[in-house]
Amino acid sequence: MYAFEYHRPTSVKEAGSLAGQAEDTKFLAGGHTLLPTMKLRLAGPANLIDLGQIAELRGIERTGDTITIGAMMKHAEVANSADVKEAIPALAEMAELIGDPHVRNRGTIGGSVANNDPSADYPAACLALNATIVTNQRKIAADDFFQGIFTTALEEGEIITQISFPIPSRAAYAKFRNPASRYALVGVFVAKHADVVRVTVTGAGSNGVFRVPEMEQALSGNFAAEALDGIAVGEDGMNSDIHADAAYRAHLVGVMARRAVQAAAARG
Amino acid sequence: MTASGIGAPVRRKEDQRFVTGQGRYVDDFNRPGQAYAYFLRSPHAHAAIRSIDTSPAMIMPGVVAVFTGDDLAADKIGGLICGWMIHSKDGSPMKAGPHPALAQGKVRYVGDHVAVVIAETLAQAKDAAEAILVDYDVLPAVVDTAQATKAPVQVHDVSPDNTVFNWHLGNKEETQAAFARAKHVTKIDLINNRLVPNPIEPRAAVGEYDFGTDNYTLYTTSQNPHVARLVLSAFIGVAPEHKLRVIAPDVGGGFGSKIFIYAEETVCVWAAKKVRRPVKWTSDRSEAFLSDAHGRDHVTHAEMATDENGRILGLRVHTTANLGAYLSTFSSSVPTYLYAPLLSGQYDIPAIYCEVDGVYTNTAPVDAYRGAGRPEATFVVERLVEKAARELGKDPAEFRRANYITQFPHTTPVIMTYDTGDYAASLDKALEVADYRNFQQRKQESARNGKLRGIGFSSYIEACGIAPSQAVGSLGAGVGLWESAEVRVNPTGSVEVLTGSHSHGQGHETTFAQLVSDRLGISIDQVSIVHGDTDKVQFGMGTYGSRSGAVGMSAIAKAIDKVIAKGKKVAAHVLEASEGDIEFKDGRFGVAGTDRSLAFGEVALQAYIAHKFSGQDLEPGLKEGAFYDPTNFTFPAGVHICEVEIDPDTGVTKIERWTAVDDFGVIINPMIVEGQVHGGIAQGVGQALLEGTVYDQSGQLITASFNDYCMPRAIDLPSFQVGMTVTPCPSNPLGIKGCGEAGAIAAPPAVINAITDALGHEDIAMPATPQAVWRAAQKARTLLAAE
Ligand SMILES: Cc1cc2nc3c(=O)[nH]c(=O)nc-3n(C[C@H](O)[C@H](O)[C@H](O)COP(=O)(O)OP(=O)(O)OC[C@H]3O[C@@H](n4cnc5c(N)ncnc54)[C@H](O)[C@@H]3O)c2cc1C
Repeated sequence: MYAFEYHRPTSVKEAGSLAGQAEDTKFLAGGHTLLPTMKLRLAGPANLIDLGQIAELRGIERTGDTITIGAMMKHAEVANSADVKEAIPALAEMAELIGDPHVRNRGTIGGSVANNDPSADYPAACLALNATIVTNQRKIAADDFFQGIFTTALEEGEIITQISFPIPSRAAYAKFRNPASRYALVGVFVAKHADVVRVTVTGAGSNGVFRVPEMEQALSGNFAAEALDGIAVGEDGMNSDIHADAAYRAHLVGVMARRAVQAAAARG
Repeated sequence: MTASGIGAPVRRKEDQRFVTGQGRYVDDFNRPGQAYAYFLRSPHAHAAIRSIDTSPAMIMPGVVAVFTGDDLAADKIGGLICGWMIHSKDGSPMKAGPHPALAQGKVRYVGDHVAVVIAETLAQAKDAAEAILVDYDVLPAVVDTAQATKAPVQVHDVSPDNTVFNWHLGNKEETQAAFARAKHVTKIDLINNRLVPNPIEPRAAVGEYDFGTDNYTLYTTSQNPHVARLVLSAFIGVAPEHKLRVIAPDVGGGFGSKIFIYAEETVCVWAAKKVRRPVKWTSDRSEAFLSDAHGRDHVTHAEMATDENGRILGLRVHTTANLGAYLSTFSSSVPTYLYAPLLSGQYDIPAIYCEVDGVYTNTAPVDAYRGAGRPEATFVVERLVEKAARELGKDPAEFRRANYITQFPHTTPVIMTYDTGDYAASLDKALEVADYRNFQQRKQESARNGKLRGIGFSSYIEACGIAPSQAVGSLGAGVGLWESAEVRVNPTGSVEVLTGSHSHGQGHETTFAQLVSDRLGISIDQVSIVHGDTDKVQFGMGTYGSRSGAVGMSAIAKAIDKVIAKGKKVAAHVLEASEGDIEFKDGRFGVAGTDRSLAFGEVALQAYIAHKFSGQDLEPGLKEGAFYDPTNFTFPAGVHICEVEIDPDTGVTKIERWTAVDDFGVIINPMIVEGQVHGGIAQGVGQALLEGTVYDQSGQLITASFNDYCMPRAIDLPSFQVGMTVTPCPSNPLGIKGCGEAGAIAAPPAVINAITDALGHEDIAMPATPQAVWRAAQKARTLLAAE
């Protein structure tokens, strides 16, 4: 780790202005991505702005047909929230599948979404649930937010404050874990909304989270696993590494999609 | 059996300290004025060093010193050694290239030590290391075991084709004759995957030098502090043996990787004198991945000959063993004398011939890792036996039984004499516990759910204790492999046992105390075990190869016998009886045929106050030492049965059942033994399913963190069914065989045999990852459809 200045603002406004004034800043949320890269000296921000003391960034709220989650809510808090479990059980289950208990009790939804790791789970949930990413400057639709691996619509110094999820009629997430890291080797989130079905895939694509229009169409007509028969995603654009090559990942997308649809359908 | 004696499941005394965070590991030791060492490591797998310019680093803030290989050479500090001489078939000695603690002219693997920076803080040392200018001439690298002798790359000048030795064992002609007679020959090609040991505590060292007394102290994460001291003084030459104190305090796991004498501790002791300050180094996890000695890494072709009745006639094996870039401390013994002598397994095989080529590559050094050679041998034998049974259409359990050794002692064609065992008893018990009878029913049930179920056996044997010293000496060992103990009885009757064994997770503070409690009839709370400090324990060989019970405790037993003999003399004086009439029983010295007796503690007090005897008749005090050298290796053996269910859609293998029936001889503490079995199986399952070490062709370690190197987790393992059979070991006074490595030895072939059974005999390499199993399942399906 290189030396850095540590800041601990207590409001989003203060955090925003710190980011505006100081050079070479980074926000610190759960630190589960940022701190390891700093320890390995792969990142060395001059100023670290800890979002941990900002009360506005916390809380889970249900209003009408939306669930809104503060950016600093930990994965375990989302997984255990009665509101989330009742309104979007698939989201709670997804949070419960992240990493291990240590990770779930440090890592945050805001950090995960801001980071947009190509193997992270939240991007798949946000995109399938048609979430809105709320920042200290604007509101961004998930469709516009995730722009390829580790790349998002966030501007320099922009802070995610909340993420709001429209409540779908049914949804499920099927994850095939990377045996070593526990990130998604392939994760498929399926959400049936009033008008449309969304199917999103994380872990598999070499350009990060993506939607599968063919599956979405088929499921919009018939929300059942059989509707996916004959639909295969190609190897093109699939990730390939020591854990899984493109062909295996492409195959798993099909298997996980079926399993997610089955689970969502079983939800009744 | 008493509540704390031999055979009692006593809770571990040391755990109070460990689970409450009171353990003291090397990194917990901070010496006044200490500075921090950071090693600049090679980013290249193979490169000539044209020059090293340390001057930009020297002027960085907080830097105390920067040293390179030249500085060590100037002080006549020798290189690291390999302590086991292997001779090739042609009689020539193995080709050991130089192994400097800091590189001299060349680096040979990613992580090799180029320079050390010593600074006020670790961060400053790292900053300065980044400023060192090294001019590398990058050379092509060879990483692949099978390619090592063919690649146009030369790792060491002494070995033009990267061969360290071409060694062999067994009888070539008889084996050829056996194959000529055979009705059937089963062939197999196997890779025993390279593993990174990953003890929970990474290696660490603090070196210190006292200018007043000229004494050196090294705190280090060692499984054998006396051997470390001997090597550091006699071979590397950092300090005279009598001036060097090596302390290995609480050590958080070793699995072999902390047996060896590495560059970092060598440099820390040497540098402490140079900079006139204590010097501390603690490995981070990334350094541990790169520079701890790795394990396994064999490529093998093996063949087994059988006759018309399914009797095994012969076995021939050719193995290429990757030793990495340098010969680590015991590396040469692992794929030779710890490997080939186990190739007879539990079977009566009349003829065996094994050839092993040890090779250099541009990878981390490879040395002993839990099981060391014996898991590799067991993998060969048990995969081959399973395959032979399948090819011959025989039940794998019955094929094994028909070939078991039943008469003891039994001398194999590969220099071992098995002393005792009852392999069929373990098999019977294992079949019962595993409910083998109803396996087909379970398989059908799985099939109805679209899953593939398989069962796999492993009938393993291991040779533990590594002894006697004369025998290992004749095989090339540079040391003797006995153990020492000293039993000090205090005037109040409490006892301190000083042992040359070293506990780094094994629970010696409990089991050794149980032995004392059992023999002397005192509570285990009255016993403390002292180990891991060369200033306290006179000498010892340390802990590895499941030797602490069989050898270390036998030394204690021998010393206790001497204490009792002396106690009888004291008691005779006090009780005014003749020494021959004194009996020691249940913790009391009594006069035979009378009710006159003294408790152990009373005799201890009398020994020290010496009021009842003259110092001319009897020396005061009660303290005895012993060196114990066994008469043979010990031969733990057993049967493990693994049952898996595979999801053919994803390739995920789930272990549904695990049965382990082991014969470890006499058990001191069944709870600790079960724990050792569980841990061993977990590591074996890790090797079979999860752990694969990957270097890319340029020699970069791809699996250099837990992000990519998959360690077993609780969720990967079933609840183990552990059973025991007991045939006491005849070659030591306690009847102990050893249990530390059995699980890691037994498990890999059991898992792979189960998976290949589930897949309809489609072969698969370790680690059998979901991707690999899915692919194999696809292939099996296609083959099935074609039939
Ligand atoms: C061992 C391990 C296993 C894991 N397994 C999984 C897994 O299975 N699935 C999964 O999805 N994730 C996994 N993770 C990731 C983890 O769960 C976190 O989601 C992730 O580390 C990011 O969240 P954080 O709160 O730790 O963010 P930090 O590490 O603190 O920050 C990450 C990045 O986001 C930025 N940032 C943080 N908060 C905000 C904000 N409010 N506004 C703008 N920018 C912000 C930071 O500046 C930084 O660049 C794992 C992590 C570890 C260490």
